[in-house]
Order: sequence, then C-alpha cells, then structure tokens
Amino acid sequence: MTIADPNFDADAAKEARRARLFTRINKADKWFQVLGLAWLTPMIKAAAGDNPKGQLKDIWRLLGVPLLAITVFLMLWATLAPRVQTSLGAIPGPAAVWTEAVNLHHDAVEKAEKEAQFQERVDQRNQRLIDAGRADEVKQMTFTGAPSYYNQIWTSIQTVFFGFLIASAIAIPTGILAGLSPSANAAINPIVQIFKPVSPLAWLPIVTMVVSAVYATNDGLFAKSFLVSAITVTLCSLWPTLINTALGVASIDKDLVSVSRVLKMNTWTKITKLVLPSALPLIFTGLRLSLGVGWMVLIAAEMLAQNPGLGKFVWDEFQNGSSSSLAKIMVAVFTIGIIGFLLDRVMFALQSLFTFSNNR
Amino acid sequence: MTRLSAILAATTLLATPAFADMLELETDELTFGFIKLTDMAPLAVAYEQGYFFDEGLFVTLEAQANWKVLLDGVIDGQLAGAHMLAGQPLAATIGYGTEAHIITPFSMDLNGNGITVSNEVWDMMKPHIPTMDDGRPQHPISAEALVPVIDQFAEEGKPFNMGMVFPVSTHNYELRYWLAAGGIEPGYYSADNITGQIAADVFLSVTPPPQMPSTLEAGTINGYCVGEPWNQQAVAKGIGVPVITDYELWRNNPEKVFGISAEFAEENPNTTLAITKALIRAAIWLDENDNANREEAVEILSRPEYVGADADVIAASMTGTFEYEPGDVREVPDFNVFFRYNATYPYYSDAVWYLTQMRRWGQITEAQPDSWYDEVARSVYKPEIYLEAARMLVDEGLANEADFPWDTDGYKAPTPPEDVIDGIAYDGRTPNAYLDSLPIGLKGDQIVVGNEIQG
Repeated sequence: MTIADPNFDADAAKEARRARLFTRINKADKWFQVLGLAWLTPMIKAAAGDNPKGQLKDIWRLLGVPLLAITVFLMLWATLAPRVQTSLGAIPGPAAVWTEAVNLHHDAVEKAEKEAQFQERVDQRNQRLIDAGRADEVKQMTFTGAPSYYNQIWTSIQTVFFGFLIASAIAIPTGILAGLSPSANAAINPIVQIFKPVSPLAWLPIVTMVVSAVYATNDGLFAKSFLVSAITVTLCSLWPTLINTALGVASIDKDLVSVSRVLKMNTWTKITKLVLPSALPLIFTGLRLSLGVGWMVLIAAEMLAQNPGLGKFVWDEFQNGSSSSLAKIMVAVFTIGIIGFLLDRVMFALQSLFTFSNNR
Repeated sequence: MTRLSAILAATTLLATPAFADMLELETDELTFGFIKLTDMAPLAVAYEQGYFFDEGLFVTLEAQANWKVLLDGVIDGQLAGAHMLAGQPLAATIGYGTEAHIITPFSMDLNGNGITVSNEVWDMMKPHIPTMDDGRPQHPISAEALVPVIDQFAEEGKPFNMGMVFPVSTHNYELRYWLAAGGIEPGYYSADNITGQIAADVFLSVTPPPQMPSTLEAGTINGYCVGEPWNQQAVAKGIGVPVITDYELWRNNPEKVFGISAEFAEENPNTTLAITKALIRAAIWLDENDNANREEAVEILSRPEYVGADADVIAASMTGTFEYEPGDVREVPDFNVFFRYNATYPYYSDAVWYLTQMRRWGQITEAQPDSWYDEVARSVYKPEIYLEAARMLVDEGLANEADFPWDTDGYKAPTPPEDVIDGIAYDGRTPNAYLDSLPIGLKGDQIVVGNEIQG
C-alpha cells in the first residue's frame, strides 16, 4: 500500500474507522470484565474482522475453559451423587436440583395467587364492615401467609445491605481516624484484633438479648428478627473495611502529605481532597471483603435464630426431612453462591466507577 | 361486573353468618408459634379454612426452632400464642424454668406420640417380646423387654441414652412412665441438679422434635419419645422402630395445649374468645364424619411451611393407622384425636396429671397438698373461656350443643386401671394418693438430696 495506490484515501478512511471501532471495543472490554462478560470481547473482535485465529484462543480461554470445567463438575456430580445413600434417599443430582428449583418457582407463583386472594378477602371484609356501618374498623393488611422463595431471597438481600451499610458507616470513619493518628490506631487496634475473629454464632445470642431489651416495641419500623440479623452482620463485617481503610489512609504518599502542609489545608479538606481519594482503592477492597463476610454471616445467623431469609429456608427444609428437602437445600446453596458472586460484582463495579487506580 | 361482585359478597355473607356479630376485637394482627408436629393441625386448619379470618383475625403462623424458643416468644410477646406442651404453661406459672403466668383456654389434642428405639436396640429387645400367632410382636410392648438391653449396655460400660423434647414435655413424662412401668429408673430432678439423670438407669436428654431421627441416626441417642410424624419418619427412613404409642400407654391421654400469656388474655378478652372459637371449629373439622377430612389435613400439613415431611409419612399416623416395623401397619383409629371425647376441653384433671408427674420426678421438689394441685390447675386451665367460645359457636349454628361438656366441674371421671399400661388408675381429685400408688417415683414427703432420695 503506497501513496500511489489509487484506493489510498478510501483505505485510510476504512483503516481509521476500524481503529475507532477497536478502541471502542477495548473501552467496552473494561465494562465486560467488570460484569464478568470478558469473553464477549474476543467474539466481537472476531465479528469485527480481527484475525479469528488469535481471537479463538482468547475465546477458548475465557469461555471454553470455564464452560468445560462446569460441564465436568456437573458430570462428576451427576455420577457421584447417587452413590451416597442418606436416610432421605440418594444425594440429588443436577437434574433433581433443577426440578426443585422449578418447583420452588411454581410454588412462588401459587403463593402470589394466594396473596391476591387474600387481598380480595380483605377488601370484601372491609366492604362488609362499611356496609354494616363499622367503617372505622376498615384496614389494609399485608399477606399473612408463608413467604415464597423469592420473598426469602429479597429479605436476605435487604438484611445484608442494611447491616453492611451500618458497618461501613462505622468502619470507614473509624478507619480514617486510626490511619491518620498513630495513637488512635494504638487504641483501636487491640479491640479490633480481639473482636475480629469472633464467630457470628457467638454474637447472635448477645445481639438477640440486647435487641429484645432495647427495642421493646413490637410495631416499630423494623421487625426484631430483621434487626438481630442485620446487627449480627454489622458486627462481623465491620473489620475488613476498618482494617483496610486504616491501612489505606496510613500509607498515603509522604509527598502528598507534605504538599498538604505547604498548602495549609484544614483537616476536612485534607480528608476529602487527599486522604479519601488515595485510600479509596483499599477502602473498596475492604468493602468487598466485608460484604462477602456479611453475606456468609447472614445465612448462618438466619439459620440459628430462625430469622426470615434464605438461612431459615435451609433450616426449615432440614427440619422438614421430606424426600425433596435435600434438593431444595442445594437449590438454596446455589442461590446463596450466585447472589454472593453478584454482590461482589456490584462492589467491583462501584469500585471501577469511583477509583482511577489499576489496583483492583 | 358490579353485579358479579355483589353476588360474591352476598354468598360470602351467607357462608359466614359469624360475621354479623363479629366480636369487637382489641387486636387483630397476631403471630402464633408452632413446632413442626402433626398436632399443630388445628392451627394450620384454622388458617387454611379461613376460620381465623371469619373471626376477623389476621394470623401469621411461624415455625419455631425448639420448645424453649417458642416459650420465650410467648413470654416476651413476640408470639401472641403458641402450640405448646401441656407442661409448659403449668411449669412457667409455678416458676419451674422460666417464670411467667401462661394460661390455656384450649387443649389441642389427645394422644399422638410414640416411643421409638434404634434398629440395634430393637434387635436386642425382640427376643424378649412375646409374639402373636402370626409371628408379629404382641403389642403393647412393655419396657421390661428393654431391661436386658440396658443390662448389656451397662456390662459394656456404655450409657443408655434416650431423647425427649423438653424437660416439662409430655414426652419426658410418657417416656418415664413407660420405663418406670417396666421397672426401669429414668432418673430424678432436684433443686440443684436439673439434668433429670439422678440415679438413672436410662439417661434422658433434650432434642428438638424434628431433629430426633437425625440424632438417632447419628447414634447420640438409642431411642426417643416424640410426637408425629417423627416416629413414622424413623420407619420411613429405616433407622428405628416405634415400640409403643402413647395411646397404648394411656388411652386418650391429654396432649398439647394452646398457650397465651395471662396478660394477653386479660387485655384482649374478645380476641382470646375469637381465637378459641376458630380453634374449636378447626378441631371439629379435623374429626368430622369419622375423620373424613384427614386426607386433606395431611396435604395441608405436608406443605413446607407447616410440618413439611412427606405426605405419606404424615398420613401413616393421621389416618387411623400406625406403622410399627416396616410393613407392620396396625389400626389405631384414635391415634390422633382432635375433637371427639371432648379433646379440646381444658380439664383441670389433665393439668393435675402433669403436675403429679413433675412432683413424681422431683421437678416439684417438695410435697404439696391436694388443694395446691387444684389451685394451680385452675390458674392455668381456663374452661370458662372455652365454654363461652363454644356457646357462641352453638348460637351461630357452627357447632352442636351436644358436643360440649357444659356441666362438668373440670375433672374427668377417673381413668380406669385397664386404660393405663401398668394398670394404675388415675383420679385427678386425689393427686397425692395417686403419687403414692406409683411404684417408682417420689411420694409423700420424699425429697432428692444429692444423689439420694430421702424421707
């Protein structure tokens, strides 16, 4: 291709378009990685006319290998599971677990119908009260039946975020304090070291007693069980954020600190303009760890305290001991795993949005 | 459309004549606790059949992890009421364990429990059990057949452990009754040793009902006494064999009660009446037309939010039969009684029996006069609420006048000797004389000091 080439202009324009396209693809790739869809990039690239051979290798590594691993896992599971006989029958294989997942969905649909019927009856009742001249007794009611599987999932997610937010609200300021002041660090450190390894199962009885004593009302904003689960999550998910924040704040570039002195920044500006931005990557690492810990803790707390959520679902099924219980528990295990993974992705995405560093 | 809804409204009005004079409720949003057992059926039925709704009550039913959690829930007000062990309101009121004044306006059922032993123990017991002509073991099986097994365990230096569900549970007393009737010491309680294993041949400990089969399977216990479906579950899973039902131990013995705190009943008298009415209707439905509705009840109970066990396991005892060894299915039409024989009336004599057992095994540490038993029974069991609710149901045409014991003084006719496995009659009016007639257990002024019985 020389300047003498008659098609030079057209080719150059084509080349430029191509380059723009690939820049865009590479930009999108960052987001694909955040969302766990990294395998899309080589596929799009191949579709856009890049050397298919090179892309094929990437596709194989990013999509083929994981899919193959999952297939092998499913096959191993399907062949090995039936060999373990429990008193509830053989351990369910993938097919049985899938059937139960579908059953749980149908069950949720049925419960939604029941809920609609319930509302209808409440409306009828109210109408009759009005007709009978007792309009002051009319009231709207939320469904009193058993929660569906989706309700349980939603309860768990709400609880974990509530607990996690309280934990972050305590841990980040405390961490900044510990990072900025060596004496504050010396004061906080021993407490952190002692409480960090405490199991949620040990916190739970204490939290239950305290919440029952302090939160005496039965018709407050939150249900007691919700508060108990959420506070237990808080107590256990506090530490990774606290430690990482302290570490991030303490390890700010010395030059930056000197600059802040030269500029005579006040503490507030120093924290918002200097400390937070440079500690953010580590704070986010802490938050991701915390959310992961919180999610695990929540399920254990719900199981032990019989508080609504996925943990209670697992415990109830264990107690039911019906022939479908094991498969249902496994559905819950996968649900817990997948939601835990998604929560981590959400935090990862937030981190990518808020930090400029490559340190992920 | 409006016409359709008008017709709908009209028909529902006809279907629920109760509405016209719906009680003025003090509170209508209630949460009731229950344990995963078939005898919670009146609660599930009252909910599913809309009986609570007819009374204007919005009820949520919540399964509880164990009897302790359930009792605490009722005491601290998280639960408005609960399916309870008959011993729980009594023990709480006299201050054994957690102290709180709990009352019961409604007795939930008769019978419904069984004693199961592990396959290993069953194989060891079997040679000592007389057989019938067809080769099957002869029921009822006495605990005497267990004596050689316990001896063998003792020789090998192993403890013989059995599970029951709560220190003041029917199951604790039934298991003790059966063991003592066979000449085995189940152990005593004292003021400073509440394990209940003082001087015991068999060591009893607490396991929540749904966990019984898995605890037996794990080998922690060698047998247990629990309500259904957890005996039939052991058969279905092939891990144990029920040896006796409580029906054979004591024909039509009183079982669970519905417990609410005295404070709740005082503050909410109309709500308490409404709850009782709904529960009586549920009990009637469960026993109607010779148990015609039991199949439907089994389907309701098998849902995961209630008992959750497989329907055929629940049906094994709920529909008038009981499966002992796998395949050995026998007729026990009265295994679960919810309404007939005045099952739901809270008799003082039932309360007194539980109190005698607490005294018998040392939970009540010192002798009490007969009048004390009567007083405690009257402060916990509230037949007056029951009768008021029943009267309203009769007036509304939802129950038959003849089905209720309007004129009783609260004491059942004495249980004749042939209705009890050890042939000892029971009369609730004379608890001390009854205690004296039992061969094993505290009597008179006896007290447990250290590891010995004195007096």
